[in-house]
Amino acid sequence: MIDTLKPLLEVRNLKKHFPIRRGLLKRTAGYVRAVDDVSFFIMPGETLGLVGESGCGKTTAGRCLLRLIEPTAGEILFGESQDSRPIDVTKLDMASLKSYRRNIQIIFQDPYSSLDPRMSVADIVSEPLRIHKVASGSELEDRVANLLKSVGLQAAHLRRYPHSFSGGQRQRIGIARALALGPKMIVCDEPVSALDVSVQAQVLNVLEDLQDQFGLTYLFISHDLNVVDHISDRVAVMYVGKMVELARTTELFEHPLHPYTEALISALPQPDPRKKRDRILLTGDVANPADPPSGCYFHPRCRYAQDICNTEAPSWREIIPGHFAACHFAGEINLRPLSKPLIMKG
Amino acid sequence: MASEAGLSAPDTKLSPDTVDQELAPYAASTAEWVGLSQGQLIWRRFRRSRMALIGMVVLIILYIGMLFCEFFSPYLLNTRFTDNIFEPPTLPRWVDAEGQFHLRPFIYKYDRKVNRETLEMTYTADTSKMYPIYFFVQGEPYKLWGIIATNIHLYGINDKKVPIFIWGSDRQGRDLFTRCLYGSRVSLTIGLVGVFLTIIFGTTLGVTSGYFGGRIDDFVQRFSELLMSIPQIPLWMALAAIVPVTWPPLRVYFGITIILSFLSWGGLARQLRSKTLSLREEGYTLAAKAGGGSDWWVISRHLIPNNASHIIVVATLAVPSMILAETALSFLGLGIRAPMTSWGVLLEEAQNVKTIVLNPWLLIPAFLVILTVLGYNFLGDGLRDAVDPYTR
Amino acid sequence: MIPIQPVSQDDQMVIEVKDLAVHFAVFQGRVPAVNGVSFTIERGKTLGVVGESGCGKSVTGLSIMHLLPTPPAELVGGEIIFHRLSTGEVIDITKLSPQSAEMRSIRGNDIAMIFQEPMTSMTPAYTIGEQIMEAVILHQKVNKREARQRAVEMLDRVGMPQPGRNVDSYPHQLSGGMLQRAMIAAALSCQPSLLIADEPTTALDVTTAAQILDLMGQLQDEMGMAIMHVSHNLGVVAEVANEVAVMYLGRIVERSSVDDLFYNPKHPYTRGLMHSIPQIGQRQRLEPIRGVVPEPDAIPKGCAFAPRCPLFSPATCPPIVPPSVTVGPGHEVLCYRYDS
Repeated sequence: MIDTLKPLLEVRNLKKHFPIRRGLLKRTAGYVRAVDDVSFFIMPGETLGLVGESGCGKTTAGRCLLRLIEPTAGEILFGESQDSRPIDVTKLDMASLKSYRRNIQIIFQDPYSSLDPRMSVADIVSEPLRIHKVASGSELEDRVANLLKSVGLQAAHLRRYPHSFSGGQRQRIGIARALALGPKMIVCDEPVSALDVSVQAQVLNVLEDLQDQFGLTYLFISHDLNVVDHISDRVAVMYVGKMVELARTTELFEHPLHPYTEALISALPQPDPRKKRDRILLTGDVANPADPPSGCYFHPRCRYAQDICNTEAPSWREIIPGHFAACHFAGEINLRPLSKPLIMKG
Repeated sequence: MASEAGLSAPDTKLSPDTVDQELAPYAASTAEWVGLSQGQLIWRRFRRSRMALIGMVVLIILYIGMLFCEFFSPYLLNTRFTDNIFEPPTLPRWVDAEGQFHLRPFIYKYDRKVNRETLEMTYTADTSKMYPIYFFVQGEPYKLWGIIATNIHLYGINDKKVPIFIWGSDRQGRDLFTRCLYGSRVSLTIGLVGVFLTIIFGTTLGVTSGYFGGRIDDFVQRFSELLMSIPQIPLWMALAAIVPVTWPPLRVYFGITIILSFLSWGGLARQLRSKTLSLREEGYTLAAKAGGGSDWWVISRHLIPNNASHIIVVATLAVPSMILAETALSFLGLGIRAPMTSWGVLLEEAQNVKTIVLNPWLLIPAFLVILTVLGYNFLGDGLRDAVDPYTR
Repeated sequence: MIPIQPVSQDDQMVIEVKDLAVHFAVFQGRVPAVNGVSFTIERGKTLGVVGESGCGKSVTGLSIMHLLPTPPAELVGGEIIFHRLSTGEVIDITKLSPQSAEMRSIRGNDIAMIFQEPMTSMTPAYTIGEQIMEAVILHQKVNKREARQRAVEMLDRVGMPQPGRNVDSYPHQLSGGMLQRAMIAAALSCQPSLLIADEPTTALDVTTAAQILDLMGQLQDEMGMAIMHVSHNLGVVAEVANEVAVMYLGRIVERSSVDDLFYNPKHPYTRGLMHSIPQIGQRQRLEPIRGVVPEPDAIPKGCAFAPRCPLFSPATCPPIVPPSVTVGPGHEVLCYRYDS
């Protein structure tokens, strides 16, 4: 990482609270703190992995970056180029928002609901181009054909409809659509979670190849640590709306600083029958974002919890250069790192 | 195709083409349905339901009859044969009293005898004279659809004093078949016009309320619930009573239609609202927004076309209730007024026990209503089954 | 029901499936969802069944429970032999009618099943206690009070917090992990000898899944039942299984001990799978299996994997289903090129 390089995207104190409405008059009874004061940055050309379990807010955070969900508070600073000042996405009006959306795109999790079944592949992939009136006629068709080729599909597929494609192919169509406007960054929202194992590899390879070819930046959201490890340069871990740790990938797995990260790593099933199973098992279930515990949200399940964890929420600090964590005892407790699998590829 | 996956990188020595050739004996047939659009797939699936096809054919026949009703009927709407009231159907025959076969069908005239004491009327066929039925005969002049002037009728007999009533005649000696055909003009179209308006109201309100949520949603929902909770028949009666007596029949017709459709958009709106709600947060609508699409773009290009099949199904199944509603209103004397006629008006004239016992042919319009309703129901069921699996 | 027969040599065998074949009638034609599947599971052991979508693993599990709707599914061949160890009876499930009293006495009692989605597998209208009691009352002829006690005991055993209170909770009040525990409690309430677990942890968070897998292992040690664990996740299978069967398009292409499968895989599909999954700590480029799983009406004749197989060649692989080859103790492969 070159120190003089400015981040492509910087998020400061992002919050998204969904009001819970009760009663006839829809009074606000409370809030679901889906994203609760999250700050991070992404450098151009890198892949930032965002992991967490259900309800941690990773999907919401990703969508806030495109303002598909309107943030409740916080700033999202997007740096168009290294020279100009970054723009605050949260303050854009509708017209500027439309042109901002050429810079950052999204791929969805479900390949079956993310493509309009009534539109041909050509129409689906060209839609962003048509909305922005970038091209038309035969030039449009050429561009679409090229996009399909770059994701490994054929121009012959232009006239087909989504139902004749498998999950992996549909996901690639979605990727082609996301590429149409030439964005700098793509938010990948669990792009391989709904796919078969052998197909995941195809799509992951396509994403990596495209990153090399077009210099893309990815925010890769997933609950699968294996996949995130494979593709990410840095990883951020979220729990119930809070970011609890952020570090370079290898660093995160070799020297985790937050007990939740430790538990996640330990819970991961490894495809190696000879490894000793010595899991750290958490008690209880993932906390409820509408009614989180006091102090540190993780403290009821944490085996290192002390009194302070109940009363005071930990702050987000840089413990080692480039390695952030939100824990009162980060760096003081000896947490168990990932145990590497023995060589097993026969 | 077995190998048409599209590879992420040209990796092995086996290119897609060589694999194709080598594997030809191993690969089973490819599905030719792969290249079809959504609409074509739906049609294919629809074709497999025999009941739906029968329904469709029946409706096509009824609607053709309706379109050319002046041509198909031997007489005009109000042509009277005052000597032949309540005459039973004159059946076309091919074999005469002596047992001889004639190629051209013919009828016998009915003689009427009135019993002095009981006033009972009996009709017997007079086999002395045969009246052949001719086709494409000249009859009373009319204007097809009010535009084309002609006097050709599909069938008739030469002697203009002898009536041919293939479905019998009514209290004033008018041919029931003719009146049914003319009546179908109203009965069969009121459903379509009404449903068309229902679709417009229901779709706009349902999709906007589902898409925008919030106050708009609340308002629309409460309003539709209010409408749906008003008891139907008293409301119709009240509204029908409001329609001024002095209005021409055509305006009355449209007035009734608008009333009916205004009350029935609630169901469609609710269904579309829930479908829109589920589509709004996920999938291609969100992708379109991410691509920069405006709300209007998303609604018009994605939400409405994807709901189109559902709308068609709901509409098809709503037509029968419109027809029944109009029939009921006219039956109660509150709907269509003379000189226009509908099946409901025809049934009004059959409103007593005497009719059922002595002149049962006057109930034929009820049978036509049943046929139409069943036809639409089968068609709608078939459409709904055809549409469902392909909403993915 | 076959009357008591001389007990077979391996008297610990709980279930024997021989050449099971199940066909489905779908829009595109007839699909052989299960196409000649054979395996056995012994008491106290776990068979992991691995495969991707369309391989037939779920259909196999449902066939053992005789829960497939018979149109569109049709059992066209094979046997499913269940050994009721308590009495020594041997029953061929394929010969029973699905609705018969005999099959119903096996289902939930001798053989139980848990599913992937706990939220949809439990009735929202009844409490979880009532749903656990349902099985107990049906099979064990106890009164309601005793059944409820049994339910509370089972909930306690599966680690449900506050079992006395939660026995009266409705499914929507519980989280995914707790519901899965409740489902396990219901399945094990009558102490079955075989538990079929169809992707039990796929829909759960990682930390919760770890708890459930641990729980299942403990219960198996305590109760000694056989488990058929269906999963698409090789990591899970490595952890829980003693033996593994890899399925592809309705056939078992490789069957072996779990150690052999990961350290000595023979079938190109198995090896392809191993090379295509990302593993923590190893960041080299993934090698996906070429192509896609074919459409149901485009299944190749002969070896179904041939179009995607890197080792395929017409010289060595004729268009006939390969015979099952034994490459080691308890290790069988369905392949012509297994020794490449």
